[in-house]
Order: sequence, then structure tokens, then C-alpha cells
Amino acid sequence: MRYFLCCITLVLCAAQVYAQQPTGVKAEDTPNDSGGSITVIWDYPESYEKIEQIRYVIYVSESENGPFHAAKYDAANLQSTDPGTFGHGEETYKKIFAKVSAYIVPTDPPERIAIENHKTYYVQVTAHLPSGGSFPSAIASAEAYQNFFNQAKTNNFVIGTIFSLIILISIFLAQKRELFIRRIAGLEALDEALGRATEMGKPVLFAHGLHPMGSVSTIAAINVLSRVAQRTAEFNTELRVANNDPVVMAVSQEVVKESYLNAGRPDAYSEDSVFMVATEQFSYAAALDGMMVRDRPATNIMMGYFYAESLLLAETGASTGAIQIAGTDSYTQLPFFITTCDYTLMGEELYAASAYLAREPRLLGSLKGQDIGKAALLIVMILGTLLATLEIQTLTHIFAAY
Amino acid sequence: MLFLRRTLPLIIAFVLGMIGILVFYIPHSGAQALEQELTKWDRIVAAFALVLGIYSLMRLHWNRVRRQQAGWAYSSLVFVGFTVMFIFALYNDGHGPFNPQVTESGPFVWMFDYVQVPADATMFSILAFFIASAAYRTFRARTPEAAILLVSAIIVMIGRVPIGGLISDSIPELSQWLMAVPNLAAKRGILLGVSLGIVATSLRIIFGIERSYLGGGEE
Repeated sequence: MRYFLCCITLVLCAAQVYAQQPTGVKAEDTPNDSGGSITVIWDYPESYEKIEQIRYVIYVSESENGPFHAAKYDAANLQSTDPGTFGHGEETYKKIFAKVSAYIVPTDPPERIAIENHKTYYVQVTAHLPSGGSFPSAIASAEAYQNFFNQAKTNNFVIGTIFSLIILISIFLAQKRELFIRRIAGLEALDEALGRATEMGKPVLFAHGLHPMGSVSTIAAINVLSRVAQRTAEFNTELRVANNDPVVMAVSQEVVKESYLNAGRPDAYSEDSVFMVATEQFSYAAALDGMMVRDRPATNIMMGYFYAESLLLAETGASTGAIQIAGTDSYTQLPFFITTCDYTLMGEELYAASAYLAREPRLLGSLKGQDIGKAALLIVMILGTLLATLEIQTLTHIFAAY
Repeated sequence: MLFLRRTLPLIIAFVLGMIGILVFYIPHSGAQALEQELTKWDRIVAAFALVLGIYSLMRLHWNRVRRQQAGWAYSSLVFVGFTVMFIFALYNDGHGPFNPQVTESGPFVWMFDYVQVPADATMFSILAFFIASAAYRTFRARTPEAAILLVSAIIVMIGRVPIGGLISDSIPELSQWLMAVPNLAAKRGILLGVSLGIVATSLRIIFGIERSYLGGGEE
């Protein structure tokens, strides 16, 4: 009888330990990183309502037999979900994981040992309960290594490739047949605005916005500047390009110089026509406002990314009676340009401007590709709305950023 | 010569453009190191370009002073400001030019905090009056679109101040709805178009279809 009770007690104790020790412990290389990290995964405890009550400590060793040292990991990494890595399945919500990139050897002073690539590490997860008990898990092992592709960005890669192919196919097709491109009023009016400046004998002022050369909106603005410079060279009109970034200024100087050369008017180019005014936002705005008021350019062209200075520039320009054409992808500044400028290129029209002005089939083909891409997105949005209403989240997950 | 002026820049644009795209998807340390290296090059080029920028600024204002153009006296202040700040930067609050720049105290910081910042704030404050004048011009209900804009603007403006809630509880709610639904939808529509525009522009440049940034046309 005593033996039987003893056995029952042992079985119950074993069952309790099993219920409280972390189960399903797995270790694997942390996906989508540059190495130096392993991810430890274990099951979400079912017997505790609040996971915060349990303190988990991960122990790491270079040998299966120990000694094991406490791992250093960010508590914020102790999560139960990571859709970017583990997907959206039901299973991922039943797991806890932690990324371990180092462990602490308790010497004096304690030594931090970083996880090395291509070396096997053994890990053990211990659950410390509020009651004071500690329950170690089974041992798991893993090797860290560098990844060559971030799988969490697969959706981005696929969608980006599809849109790129649409645009490239449109460019290819544009060389074979004429494409219809919708009219953009602001660009149609460009020749009229430059012609007005020529007739009045007044300069054309061009401003790039505040973004540096690395910004695509600034590159688009430079592309427009090239077209504008060619026209001003042909019309023999003075062009002034005010910059706030030295790199943008240097590129603009080259672009304007080349445009004058291509227009057959290299003599009309003046180095002083593309200049630096200020690197600070409001100093730039003050300098441009001063030029607008003093020199009264007949046409102001503002292309690129603008911040709060947009209205300072556009309102001052409007007060001088200049024709103003603005183009920006900064949606917060669009209302200011729309209210104060004669024509405004909104969002993607800024990127379309250069191609539209060139009327070159291949460039126009890319505009067609943009429109097809927008149509595809529109269909996806309608479909996504319908599916989300029916509580089917698959399409939403496909288009989520991780 | 044509190779240096056209072909080489196109090759550089293609190679660096492709690297820029691929590095976004490759977490390998080699790819990340390459990206950091390119960022360093960018900074070095920017540092050289800053010298060109300063030269351009000085040249612009020197010509104005020399020709005594309208407002030439203001241009002379550029030289005063530049010289004073340059000396203060070298002085570096007594630590000299070969030590890291002191950012907590000293005449350089004082000039920035008590001259540059208030001057910037003054320019920024003018915006309030410009918004009022722009709003007055735009909100005249000449067309149905302008009338919708006017009504929406009034609802949003009143809904965002305490008096809106005092008049009716519906006004702040309607204001919030206008911002969260039609406004946000339009904003996202613009952003989607912008994103596609960025993809198209990048592809045109990477594949050498768009060459206007090299100056001139496509020939």
C-alpha cells in the first residue's frame, strides 16, 4: 500500500512538473537576419491565464552537458506572434519565442558572449513561477547563420516585381503602337507660362523643395527642370534655379548646362542661373520670397517635396501676379498649392511630368504602366474590402508590410 | 567623351540602382556592409558639394553687392553672418577647431539659439496670415466644388475647437468623420499613386529610359 501511494505521488508530481515546464521547446536560426542570433520557441502555457506571471529564463551552452548560462535577450522580443516570420496560422498564436544574440558568463566582471555563426548552441528554457518553483525544459540546439533573402519581404518582392513587369511591358508595347495618355493641365500650361515670361522679358524661377538628391521626388523635379531649361534656352528666357541642397545644386547646374547645350544655346547658359540660397528651411523660404518680390519673375515653378514653406512661397508668388505651376507628392502641402497656384501636379503627376513633356513613346509607356498598376490596385482594394467584410483576411495579409 | 558623359553615368545608375533594390531584400552582412559603404560615399560627396554650395552662395551675394542691385545691403549681411559664425565655429567655446564641436554652450550655440531660431520662428508665424488670406480667396463659393470645400472646412474648423461641441455634439463627430473617412481615403489614394510613380520613375532611370537628369533629351 505504501509503495502504491509512493508511486501515485511520484506520478502526480511528474504530471505537475510536466504541466508547468515549458513544452515544445525548439531552437532555430533566427530567420531573415544577418546571423549572430538564434530563436527559441516554446508552447504558450495553457494552465496560466496571465503569461506575465511566469518569468522565463533561457540558458545557453556550447555543450549539451553544460555549463548553461543565462541568455541576454530583449524582453520586448518575448512575443506570442510574429506574422512576418511565422505567418498568420492559428499555430503561431500558441507559441512564444525569443531572439537570443548573446549570453552572460558569470565571471567577475560578467562576460557577454555573442552568438557566433556556424556554431551549435544548446538551449534550455526555465519557467520561474510566482510560487517560487523553477521548471526547466528539455534541451534543444541550433546554429546561427546569415540569410540571403528576407522572407518576410516576399510579398513586397512579388508585388514590386509584378508592378515593375507591368511598367516594363507597357514601355515595350509603347514602342509598337501609340498609347492614349490622359491630359495633364498643369503640364499643358507649361509652354504658355514660359511663353508669358518670354513676352514680359522677366525670368522664370524654379524651386526644388527641401528633399536631398536621394529622394525620388527631387529626381523627378530635376527631370522637369531639364525640360524647362530646354524650353527657356529655346525661348531665350532667363531661368533662375534656387537650391537649398548643395548636391541638388551641383546636379541642377549640370542638367541646365546640358539642356542649354542640347538646345543649341550653350552661350545663353550662365553659371549664376543655378545657385544656392540657404540650407535652412525658413531661410530658404525668406530668400525665395525676397526674390519673388524684388525681381518679380513672370513664372514660378515649384516641383519636389515641400514642407511648411510651400504656402509662404506660393502665396508670395500669387501676390506678385506670377503664373505658378507646382508639383508635389507631399499630400499635406497639396491643399496650399491648389489654393494658391494656377496649376498643381498632384502626387504621381509629378513623376509623370518629365515623360509627359518629352512625348517620347517609351517614357509615355511607363505612364500607361502606372495607370494599369493603379487599376490593378483598385480591383485589389474592392476585393479586399469585400473579403474583409466577410472576415476573410487572406488578401489583407498578402498586402501587409512586415 | 560620349562614353564618359552618357554611357558611364547610365551604367553607374543601373548598377547602383539594382544594388539599392537588392540590398533591401538581402539581410546578409555583406549586403548591409555594402549599403553602409555607399552611404559613406554619399556623405563624402555631400561634404564636397557643400564647398560648392558655399562658393555659389558667396558668389551670388558678392555679385549683388558689387553691382549694387536692389537690396544689396542685405547681401552684405550674408558675409557678416558667415564670417562671425565661421570664427565662432573655429573658437568652439574655447576648445579650438580640432576638438568635437561643443553643442551645449558658447557663442556659436548662442547665435543659433537667439538669432537663427527666432528668425525661423518669425518666418513660420507669418504662415498663419498666409493661411487666412489663401483661405479667403479659395473659400468663395463660386462653384459647387468650392462650396463643398467651404462647408467641409467650416465643419472641420468649428469641430476642432471647444465651441463646436457646445453648439452640437454632432459637429466634432462630423469633423472627425470628414478627417477619418473622405480625407484619409483621398490621402491614401494619393499615396498609392505616388508609390507607383516612384516605381515607374526608378525603373525609367535604372534602365536608362529616362535620361533627362543627365541634361537634355533621350538622344
